[in-house]
Amino acid sequence: MSIEIGAQAPAFGLPDTEGRRHAPDGEVATVVVFTCNHCPYALAWQERIANAARDYAGRGVRFLAINPNDAERYPRDSLEAMRARVAAEDWPMPYLRDEDQSVARAYGAKVTPDIFVLDAERRLRYRGAPDGDWDDPAQNAAWLRAALDAVLAGRDPDPPETQPVGCSIKWKLG
Amino acid sequence: MSPIPSIELLWWEGCPSTERAAEALRTALVDVGLPDAEIRRREIRTEEEARAAGFPGSPTILIEGRDPFAPQGEGEPPGLTCRVYRRRDGRVSPIPDPDDLREALRRALADRAEVSK
Repeated sequence: MSIEIGAQAPAFGLPDTEGRRHAPDGEVATVVVFTCNHCPYALAWQERIANAARDYAGRGVRFLAINPNDAERYPRDSLEAMRARVAAEDWPMPYLRDEDQSVARAYGAKVTPDIFVLDAERRLRYRGAPDGDWDDPAQNAAWLRAALDAVLAGRDPDPPETQPVGCSIKWKLG
Repeated sequence: MSPIPSIELLWWEGCPSTERAAEALRTALVDVGLPDAEIRRREIRTEEEARAAGFPGSPTILIEGRDPFAPQGEGEPPGLTCRVYRRRDGRVSPIPDPDDLREALRRALADRAEVSK
C-alpha cells in the first residue's frame, strides 16, 4: 500500500553507513530516495539525484537515500558494499540501511529508484521518478526539481505523481 | 547454412528494460543489414531457471548462443536481477550500448561467413 499524496508519511529513524541515525524531520522539505547499489536504473539516475541534493542543500532541503534490498540474496546491497560505495563516491546525502525493510513497506516503495518528496509537516507532496528518462542525463532530475521548487514556493507539485521506473525492491523471502 | 545468426533475448519480468532492449536490438539488426532476423524471446521466471541458463540479469542477449557482453573473468552470478551495462561514454545503463550491439552482430555475421566458406 502506498501513501496518498497529501497524507502524512510515516516517521522513521534509520542508520547510515557510519551508524548515525537519520529521520525525515526538521527541514523545509525532505527527499526520501529508495535506491540501491546493484540496479542499473538507480545507478543511471544517481548522479542526477546527487546533483539535485547539492543544488537544494542551501534551500532547506534534505535528501535521505535508503537501501531496503535483501542483502542476503543481493550481496552487492550489503551494508559493507554500501560503505565501500560511499567511501569511493561523492555522496551529498546519507545512505541509510533499511535492514528489516519496514520503512520501504511503510512508504509503499516499489522500485529503485523511487522518490518521495515530503514537506515540513512530513506530508507527501510528490512521488515517482526523478525525470522522464534514465537514458537522458540532460533531463537533470527535472520532475524532482520541479516538485521541490513547487513545495518551496508553497504550491502543489504538478504532477504530484509519476510512474517510478526501476528494479523491483528485493524483498526478503518468507 | 543460413547467413543469419541466431538471436535470443532472455528477460525477467522484474526489469522494465525488455522492450527497450528489443527495440535497440531490432534497430541494430536493421543497421547491420538483417531487418528480417528473428529475435527469439525466453522468459526467465525462477532462480533455478536463472542458474540453469547462466542468466546474469535482464536483459541478456545471446548471439549464436553466446553472450557478447559477458565480462572477462568472473562475472555476476546467475540470478533474477537487472543487468548493468556500460555505455561507451562510461554511463551505466540497463541495456547495451547500440554501438556495442552492432559490433557484436557484425562479428557474428563475419564468423558465420567464415564458417560457410
